[in-house]
Amino acid sequence: MTAVANESTLYDCRDAFVATLHALAEEDERVVVVCNDSVGSSKLGDFQERFPERLINVGIAEQAMIGVAAGLANGGRRPFVSGASCFLTARGLEQIKVDLAYSNANVTVCGMSPGVAYGELGPTHHSIEDIAWLRAIDNLVLIVPADPLETEQALRAAADYEGPVFVRVSRMGVPSVHPPDYRFEIGRAARLRDGADVTVIANGTMVARALDAAASLAAEGVAARVLSMPTVKPIDLGEIVAAAEETGAIVTVEEHSIHGGLGGAVAEAVVAECPVPMRILGFPGFAPTGSAPFLLDHFGLNRNGIHAAVLDLLERKRP
Amino acid sequence: MIATLPARIDRSLPRAEQLRLIAEGARLIRRRNLPLIEAAGLGHIGGDLSATDIVATLYLAVLDVDPSDPQRAERDRFVMSKGHSSGVLYTTLASCGFFDPALLDTYMKPLSPLNGHPDRKKVPGVEANTGPLGHGLPIAVGMAIAATLDDSARRTFCLTGDGELQEGSNWEALMVGGHRGLERLTVIVDRNGLQQGAPTEETSRLEPLGDKARAFGWGVIDVDGHDHAALLDLFERLPIEPDRPSFVIAHTHKGNPISFMHDRVEWHHRVPSAGQVDAALRELE
Repeated sequence: MTAVANESTLYDCRDAFVATLHALAEEDERVVVVCNDSVGSSKLGDFQERFPERLINVGIAEQAMIGVAAGLANGGRRPFVSGASCFLTARGLEQIKVDLAYSNANVTVCGMSPGVAYGELGPTHHSIEDIAWLRAIDNLVLIVPADPLETEQALRAAADYEGPVFVRVSRMGVPSVHPPDYRFEIGRAARLRDGADVTVIANGTMVARALDAAASLAAEGVAARVLSMPTVKPIDLGEIVAAAEETGAIVTVEEHSIHGGLGGAVAEAVVAECPVPMRILGFPGFAPTGSAPFLLDHFGLNRNGIHAAVLDLLERKRP
Repeated sequence: MIATLPARIDRSLPRAEQLRLIAEGARLIRRRNLPLIEAAGLGHIGGDLSATDIVATLYLAVLDVDPSDPQRAERDRFVMSKGHSSGVLYTTLASCGFFDPALLDTYMKPLSPLNGHPDRKKVPGVEANTGPLGHGLPIAVGMAIAATLDDSARRTFCLTGDGELQEGSNWEALMVGGHRGLERLTVIVDRNGLQQGAPTEETSRLEPLGDKARAFGWGVIDVDGHDHAALLDLFERLPIEPDRPSFVIAHTHKGNPISFMHDRVEWHHRVPSAGQVDAALRELE
């Protein structure tokens, strides 16, 4: 299977997010949404109109937001918490750890506008650490969908899952990268393009860019496998080991810090199971101001940057 | 080892008899709680003892809970936000039949389900995992909202420490609870006046606590947190004000009623010696 990103249409995954919440709420009366004054930024206006009682806006209060969601789950509800990922995951971190993960609460935490979606607003509003600090917490599923279809399916999987789930919901426009018959499963990577020279592992907004890079590498005779890794935890160990054994070199790409995110998770698996040369692409530290597309380009998180990193890594690949 | 524990009270009994049984129950819970801390070599006996009369009154006579079906959907909720007072919570839950009282001997021992702070996944009857302060009240607000959505009469009670109220998350939750007028939600503050190292008023002042809660939209009342009749009367006529959640300031004494622990800040987490436990038990005969 060879997928190529269709650049013609870009989608804001928040639209798939609200459409899916709407559908889930119609299907299951236990579904409620808890938010922190984020009705607008989470695009929840229509939901509020249709289900006024089931949209619980606690105000600008992220700690209480997570605790309230845990209490709602105790009362038999299926809460979806929605807020800007930078505030939600950092301000509510201890509540996510204790009230949700340690308590095994059936709550889905939706980190909106993650990464550098709020590019111009600066590092206070960037959320390039969320996966790192959440990944250290036991009993918490972490999903970073790549496009609207995967966002919808990730939310549906979370709704059926017994235990807490974090879903990152992108704001920056992304093309559709999955065919209509794609079926997301928690913990399963998707091989979007096959190749034997190197594997590029990406998630979220970076999947389309990884596919672009693989196409440009093919023009130079480099066959790059592209693995979409939406679930950062639990990670798909089998696909990582297969990538290491069959292609001998791995580049990871994520809209996140290079410390502790997807790259860290893959590196931990590679070191333990099948050491091969790796490159981790992401943000090295606090990013300057600039639009999200500007910042991604600025840090080489695009076709050219991934292409160059692959060629550089192949120099170090063992024969 | 003293093994006698109280049982839940038949509410059809004459009121005086109910109050006698609550008092007797609280005495027995304290008598079991003290050796628990000594055997574990760890714990928070001062706060256990200040909260005992509140917890005993709720579990023995007030809460609609069923130890044989601890997850029944239409149960009252009790959240022990001051999770370090696990000693009194576990002793009371065992008394009510939520688990075998023999398990109390494993308190904080290796691999015991009875952690120093409660874990709802391991201990029947525990509603929320607490320990870090300021977690219980937001959870209780969520429980009360769920009951409202269900149009249910079930009630939610949350016991917090007083020093704990210095955590900002409580004030977020007090705003939400007041804003939504959750009249089946009751927060009880174990107002013993002492936090780990000093009086609350010397650390970061709470007073005027009642005025603060009132300003957040709660009905507020002061009560003697060791007076079973006053506690029972209050719990039976909640809410304090219609269409508002209730904020009960229960005035208590750390280490109550043990003479050498009473109002002594060092008994926040000092572990009594065998001799001190014997002396305390003699005071509770």
